[in-house]
Amino acid sequence: MTRWLPHPLLLPALVILWLVLQESLSLGHIVLGTAIALFALRGLAALKPEKVWIRFTSAIPRLTVMVLGDVVRSNIAVGRIILSRQNPRRRSGFIHVPLEMRSRYGLAVLGIIITATPGTLWMQYDSSRGELLVHVLDLVDEDAWIRLLKDRYERLLMEIFE
Amino acid sequence: MTQAPDLPLWAALLVAFLVLFGASVSLIGTVGLLRLKTFYERMHAPTLGTTVGMASILLASMICFSALQSRIVIHEILIELFVTLTTPVTLMLLSRAALYRDRSEGRERRDKP
Amino acid sequence: MSMAFLGWSITIAQMLLGLAMLCALWRLLGGPRAQDRVLSLDALYVNAMLLLVTFGIQTGRTFYYEATLIIALLGFASTVALAKFLMRGEVIE
Repeated sequence: MTRWLPHPLLLPALVILWLVLQESLSLGHIVLGTAIALFALRGLAALKPEKVWIRFTSAIPRLTVMVLGDVVRSNIAVGRIILSRQNPRRRSGFIHVPLEMRSRYGLAVLGIIITATPGTLWMQYDSSRGELLVHVLDLVDEDAWIRLLKDRYERLLMEIFE
Repeated sequence: MTQAPDLPLWAALLVAFLVLFGASVSLIGTVGLLRLKTFYERMHAPTLGTTVGMASILLASMICFSALQSRIVIHEILIELFVTLTTPVTLMLLSRAALYRDRSEGRERRDKP
Repeated sequence: MSMAFLGWSITIAQMLLGLAMLCALWRLLGGPRAQDRVLSLDALYVNAMLLLVTFGIQTGRTFYYEATLIIALLGFASTVALAKFLMRGEVIE
């Protein structure tokens, strides 16, 4: 079982992806989608990816809602910066964020969140020191940004992935 | 001169609003590409189009085709998912390349305080 | 009759997206450094993709969906390749 299905969650995810793409729920497409998903999983197993460890807690919906709200809010903020006359006092810059999270999947999700919210950009991650370099468009208070990233996202992500 | 699908009024209103809104947000993001001063600042601009801009236009497309075919059409979610997952990858690679190029040219553009 | 506003708003949205593509093109041609050009190429791809979606809404045809998906794939692959090239091109120099 584990030899054939090393990632039990990926199989239904791939089958659902296939069905959405084909816009069909017919038996033929379910069988075909399952066959393709099994084939793809065999290919994935050859890469020997790290085991995914997800805890299904209330942290997942809380994080989702928070990220959606932050995306909308930072869209408005960045749009205002672009449209307003360039303020010479606005400063952008880099911040170093020390991270405690070591899970690769957690870091990947953190990267998606940071990039998807306009105004912050993931530049580089140093895995030996666990230090993340983030570029911030509107840098007012460096420590406030670090606290924001750590308290808002990293804590919840560690609840899910570690 | 203009062409439009035959939608019920509620769907037409929603689609018209979402399409206009998404296109405006996307335009604002791309204008930022011209207006912001340094490269690292400019990297923030296109993410407006790939988040809210794209989401609202794809939502309009979902509403439009669901109303046209009188069934739920949601395969636009796949585009949204794909672009959301791939934008960080391209931007990370690009930022690393930019950092590397700046460092190798001795141009420490680290605008630190 | 009541649908005239829908047609017009889709047309205006297409013009806005076209304008966005022109902005990206301007940066693509004039951008001071290579990374600026790659970034604006990516923005150009995204806007072209959105433009195709609005064409799909306008005509009510579903085959624009496949085209959109292909543009998204090509845009991702080409930007990644170019960003990689920016790093490797200089390593060899």
